[in-house]
Amino acid sequence: MPTRSCGRFSARGTRRRAKFPLPVPTSSSPPLSLAAIDVAVTYPNGLTALRDASFRLAGGTICALVGVNGSGKSTLFKALMGFVTPTTGRVEIDGRPVREAQRQSWVAYVPQAEEVDWTFPVSVHDVVMMGRYGYMNFLRIASAADRTAVETSLRRVGMWDYRDRQIGELSGGQKKRVFVARALAQAGRIILLDEPFTGVDVGTEEAIVALLRELRDEGRLILVSTHNLGSVPEFCDQVVLINRTVLAYGPTSEVFTAENLTRAFGGALRLFDLAQSTVNDHDGRSVTVLTDDERPLVLGKRGHLEYLDRTGREKLMSDREEEQKGKS
Amino acid sequence: MFTSLLAPFHYDYMVTALWTSALIGGVCGLLSGFVTLKGWSLMGDALSHAVVPGVAIAYLLGLPFAVGAFTSGLLAAGAMAFVKMKTPVREDAVIGIVFTAFFALGLLLISLFPSRVDLKGIIFGNILGIATGDVVQVVIVSAVCLLVLALKWRDLMLFCFDPNQARALGLRVGALHVTLLLLLSATAVAALQAVGAMLVVAMLVTPGATAYLLTDRFRVMLRIGAALGAVTSFFGAYLSYFLDGATGGCIVSLQTLIFVAALLFAPKHGVFASRRTLRRARAQEAAVP
Repeated sequence: MPTRSCGRFSARGTRRRAKFPLPVPTSSSPPLSLAAIDVAVTYPNGLTALRDASFRLAGGTICALVGVNGSGKSTLFKALMGFVTPTTGRVEIDGRPVREAQRQSWVAYVPQAEEVDWTFPVSVHDVVMMGRYGYMNFLRIASAADRTAVETSLRRVGMWDYRDRQIGELSGGQKKRVFVARALAQAGRIILLDEPFTGVDVGTEEAIVALLRELRDEGRLILVSTHNLGSVPEFCDQVVLINRTVLAYGPTSEVFTAENLTRAFGGALRLFDLAQSTVNDHDGRSVTVLTDDERPLVLGKRGHLEYLDRTGREKLMSDREEEQKGKS
Repeated sequence: MFTSLLAPFHYDYMVTALWTSALIGGVCGLLSGFVTLKGWSLMGDALSHAVVPGVAIAYLLGLPFAVGAFTSGLLAAGAMAFVKMKTPVREDAVIGIVFTAFFALGLLLISLFPSRVDLKGIIFGNILGIATGDVVQVVIVSAVCLLVLALKWRDLMLFCFDPNQARALGLRVGALHVTLLLLLSATAVAALQAVGAMLVVAMLVTPGATAYLLTDRFRVMLRIGAALGAVTSFFGAYLSYFLDGATGGCIVSLQTLIFVAALLFAPKHGVFASRRTLRRARAQEAAVP
């Protein structure tokens, strides 16, 4: 079965969306804030994975959580989800403890592909229904509203036609979409995605990014853990840089500087300074950058970030053109 | 001929044994779906052996066997959790150490009081000679397990499939973990009567594993597992009347036969079906220029 992912998830998913509005009353529910306050996590084996980690975010934004492996990225994720309790400090969601947010089904989680047992005998529909448990009674019997939410969510990611498939019988991108649909069905107002683009084709990646932007515009807070630096400026409004603590957080253009990234990544980052390159000067800007998997992060001399997708960035583009003219 | 086939039903003790076996088999089969998917098969084996000293002590003190067995099983589960938490010893080694320790204690106790505790009955089961009081205990244990599963199977399914999602929704994952462990201990206690400590693990694993090969839906898998457990236990006990052989052996042999059949002929996950799929894929590959 071919992966149907051409920019948008599928024509049908887009067309039917108006007919099945999203189950969450977005206009009436104001964006939530998420704050880590001096969070430290020490594991029973004595390893302190994170200390003095503080940041604050509010809904209506896509934020990247960036750091190398072992930087405490997944520990911070777990603390935000309430899977580990901070040794000191606290996490607040809308000023309340995580436990409260869990009861309200506010925080949805899209796990890494490796964390899921793909041989488990559940269908796509079953998995998305698992997002609705928080709204069900003691017996977890699905109501009409739950079914509608599941259908709407599956259509939105273009997976309704696959609803009866066992989850192992899907491609990497389809698997990811199913779990995004579960977060939608949960009507999570904060959505955490753990390495969402690993093992996903470029088409699906673009489609997921487009969906995340829509979710942001509905006032949700999207937090994406990633080590794929190149794609961060492309779709993330804000960045939290991690290396055993929060090194910096804020708007991408301010945080994503060569200096900050060197601090966060240390020796793990490969730097190619084209000024020192064997590429000739007369090559000008005609330099081709190839990379096998992840997008490289391209920084200009003044820390200018590279954007392939320029919609919504017209102001920035014209500013840069002005700068260019001023110089020549 | 026909009358001789119905012969077991003329004896009250046989009728009781048949229906009790079916009940135990059904409950174990239902739970086996969770056990196999959660990867707790070894845990089931461990608990079924760990209940032996409890049963011995219960018989010595004249207490209901289920109370002793259940307490002993929980102590073992607690001991495993404690050792695992306090040492870096791998989990399978911890389980191995704890359950053999309990089993050894049980054997020792039984050998010290051979006249008061029936070793054979505990290790190999004695459903044909089950006392009325024990039947009542089995029925109560089974009823409680069935009730809990009927009410909470969806939560337990989520716990087995994706404990993180359960946690994110504010479900009490620790409580679900303990619930499943309690159910496992309880069914191990009940199954002890039917097939004995040695073979309980088969009742808790084989029907679920068979059902897993036959379907891709959890709900269907539970149903198939329960049905297989009940039917094989009923007919296993029935056959053992004619063969004059161990009931546990008959039941588990039947379950294994069905598992092998499923392994070979299951419509999607069977050996032959996989071969067919592979052959078809190759043919398609070859057809593409």
